[in-house]
Amino acid sequence: MKRKHKRLTFVAIALTLLGAATALVLSAYEDSIVFFYSPTDLAEKKIADGRRVRLGGLVEEGSVKKAGDAITLFRVTDLTTTVAVSYKGLLPDLFREGQGVVAEGRLKAGVFNAEDVLAKHDETYMPPEVADALKKSGKWQDQEKDKGKTK
Amino acid sequence: MFHRFANPTRFLRFAAVVQPWIAGLTVLLISAGLYFGLFDSPADYQQGATVRIMYVHVPSAWMALFCYTSLAIACGVALIWKHPLADLAAKATAPIGAGFTFLALVTGSLWGKPMWGAWWVWDARLTSMLVLLFLYLGYMALNNAFDDPARGAKSSSILALVGFVNVPIIKFSVNWWNTLHQPASVVKMGGPSIHASMLTPLLLMGVGFTTYYLWVMLIRIRYEVTNNKIRALQRRQAATGESQI
Repeated sequence: MKRKHKRLTFVAIALTLLGAATALVLSAYEDSIVFFYSPTDLAEKKIADGRRVRLGGLVEEGSVKKAGDAITLFRVTDLTTTVAVSYKGLLPDLFREGQGVVAEGRLKAGVFNAEDVLAKHDETYMPPEVADALKKSGKWQDQEKDKGKTK
Repeated sequence: MFHRFANPTRFLRFAAVVQPWIAGLTVLLISAGLYFGLFDSPADYQQGATVRIMYVHVPSAWMALFCYTSLAIACGVALIWKHPLADLAAKATAPIGAGFTFLALVTGSLWGKPMWGAWWVWDARLTSMLVLLFLYLGYMALNNAFDDPARGAKSSSILALVGFVNVPIIKFSVNWWNTLHQPASVVKMGGPSIHASMLTPLLLMGVGFTTYYLWVMLIRIRYEVTNNKIRALQRRQAATGESQI
């Protein structure tokens, strides 16, 4: 075998091993790499009250209520499980019903007390007229359902 | 074909002819992309005019990954086949890629504050992108850390190849883990989920950034080849000068 073939084999084997090792490490640490837990995760993992976590999902339609003194109450859902959230402070511009949201805070007696709320938008970009046309033709709902399924 | 242009003299002749054309194409594409992106494309149904940050942010992020992939390939070719131009191409690519990565991080931060409500979060996409910037900086630092340029090139090439594992992690971070960053809009199963009126300026900017990279890389490689020649001449002169005494 020529020297350059030896080097090629060595580099190929080294990179394959490195890739496999990285994949193992990443899958082992999956729980710490995820940015937020869904409401279902939160219920399944039995997160203790008072532990600081991030909760992500869709703001349930018709659930947002202002409770005075800058307090907002809403529910976060992954279309399987729903968690009630209470938050005091300014909400980001994109915060609205049916929209993705990530709340950081602690669970207390079944209610998630958020200290920080971030809006999460999806990967769809279109002009407002197209969005209106989709809503009118009834195709909009399908997209919403798809969105709920993936996360 | 690659063997043909691996000869530095032939490459210099080729580069001198191509460079002005690539420069013209870059100016044309980026001006058209910016014009359509900033003035002649619709606002987004949710994000309004803020979506225009996308026309710089997304192509920068694409280029950050594209440049790193080119860097890793050039480093692999340099390590295995020892082509004289591969080291120069790698050395020329790194600062351009670092620039694109920095631009993607800064524009992303400016976009994140009004839309998400945060300048920065430690989610998988943002963190892996920051790691990419450090890989570029690490490559450049290691390349310059040795008195002997050949040793610097070899050690930094190994670093660049090892760092390549980060590229698929960045690309798929938004699919493998839940993140605050949204998944891909253009390169994904089932076609782009971005309206044609917004996709056109985005693609113009993407191609424009690619030709910009080729343009700057040609300039930098030509500089490096000339610089090497000057150093070789100086060394020869010093050697003959000594022998005369």
